[in-house]
Amino acid sequence: MEQIGQKRSRLFIGIWTAFVVLMLYLPILCGALAGLSKGRYFAFPVKIYSTEWWGKTIESFEIHTLIENSLLIAFIVTFVSVVIAFFGALAFARYDWKGRRLYQKFLLLPIFFPQPVLGLALLLWFNSLGISPSWMTAVIAHLVWIVPVVTLVIAIQVYSFDPVLEEAASDLGASRLFILREITLPILWPGIWSGALFAFLLSWGNFPLSLYTAGADSTVPKWLYSKMVAGYTPMVPALGTMSTLAAATLLLLGGGMIALLRKHKQA
Amino acid sequence: MTLALSGPLTEEKTRKRFVVPAGIRCAGPILIFLGLGFLAPLLTVLAYSVATPKTFDVFRSFTFDNFTTILSPDNTVWTSFAWSIAFAAMTVILLALVAYPIAYGLNRVFGKWAGLVSIFFVFPLFISENVRLYGWVLFFIKNGVLDGTLKTLGFAGGPDVLFSPGIILFGMVYVYLPFMLFPMTLGLAMVPKDLVDAAADLGAGRLMIWREIELPLAMPGILIGMLLTFVLAAGAVAEAKILGGQSVIMITHDIEIAFTYAQNWPLGSALAVLLMILISGLALFVMSKLDLDRILGRR
Repeated sequence: MEQIGQKRSRLFIGIWTAFVVLMLYLPILCGALAGLSKGRYFAFPVKIYSTEWWGKTIESFEIHTLIENSLLIAFIVTFVSVVIAFFGALAFARYDWKGRRLYQKFLLLPIFFPQPVLGLALLLWFNSLGISPSWMTAVIAHLVWIVPVVTLVIAIQVYSFDPVLEEAASDLGASRLFILREITLPILWPGIWSGALFAFLLSWGNFPLSLYTAGADSTVPKWLYSKMVAGYTPMVPALGTMSTLAAATLLLLGGGMIALLRKHKQA
Repeated sequence: MTLALSGPLTEEKTRKRFVVPAGIRCAGPILIFLGLGFLAPLLTVLAYSVATPKTFDVFRSFTFDNFTTILSPDNTVWTSFAWSIAFAAMTVILLALVAYPIAYGLNRVFGKWAGLVSIFFVFPLFISENVRLYGWVLFFIKNGVLDGTLKTLGFAGGPDVLFSPGIILFGMVYVYLPFMLFPMTLGLAMVPKDLVDAAADLGAGRLMIWREIELPLAMPGILIGMLLTFVLAAGAVAEAKILGGQSVIMITHDIEIAFTYAQNWPLGSALAVLLMILISGLALFVMSKLDLDRILGRR
């Protein structure tokens, strides 16, 4: 009896999960179809599929600047956030110090904060400092939100780190730098790379912070939004799909590499 | 507790008398950065909220006019506050129901497939929220995917759901699902399987195990998920704009209007301050009840 009941609930969980995953990807699929249909307007079922709008989007000079801006911001955000977050994660999970609990809570606040409000607050702050908004201020805005996320991701790895290893090396006379290079970093690599991947992808997709803090410089999500509000153009789904494919490729490559690192660590 | 050790610096400490603890040194860059990039902006908003309305006299004038304007009975801004909070509360409840079976499955049912299944749920996070919401517009719009498919099959056409409050709620549940799912999964991972088995051996029913063991032990993770989704949904704006077609005005929209079209930064700041107080208060309250080391370190 118990066995049958369990089978049934497992089946329910499986079907429910499959359904939710399907719902998750349905709109992404709709966007892909719209970007690949010929003509100015979208109607389903699509009469003729073509790469017309993909071509137009790729050729557009305006979009090149958007991609450049988005990439530039994402790369800088990734690099800076990983460096700061690496040490932040050690302080979060590794060392015991006065004020650690308070620090943990303070660090989570930006994640729990509505991003549009954070973006506006940063705009006011830059304004009172006399800094005019550009892609550089957008970098700072992204960092405020992304550094805490990356710190958490790396901290989870740090929790599984046995401090005895560092102590043993220290007892054997290893210097602080040597320990960092030979023990701490290699053990934490999977966490650091996961953090970097998160930082890049979250910055690449971020809209509310860029909207207020990038000034006249636009990014891919910002441009997509302005076009969505203005009326339909097939360039929106086309560029959206390309952005999705780029993110998927990166996630596959990065995820595969991190999985390899973890396996290597276990061996 | 292994964390009680202050690291491999004990020997160094005896050499130098006054050394800044390793924790503070490591937290330093983040604290300085968040001080300048998070606290300072919030203080600026606070300063603007007490500046004279419709001016830029920040740090020079002090008045509560903005707050009295918002709280006066002939102002209807409270409706957007009410909508935002109602939507956030509904989103939390619906997401708890949607995510619980999946979180349970990730822990107990999917086994070695759990990693792959969770990637399916992480991935949409990396696509701009707008792009995903726009996909739903293409799905639900006249002659869109749903309408077109139904017409091809000989039905009258799809239901007219776009640009209504219901679809905004749907969009929020859709966008914030991962933020409920992952903390919940972490929470459920904290329930020891032995304990559940032991209770079952002693004759406890499924419902009793769930109520007495599973739910209380998983609660910290569930609470984080609820807090995250509530806060994000209360600050949401894109769902109402893209899917809802402004059929409901969110508080974030009012704030944005005050900053852009109305050019009344002090009023917008006052609204933002009220939202901030509400959200930060809630976040700090819930966090004070949690042991983050236990949840993240799974100890």
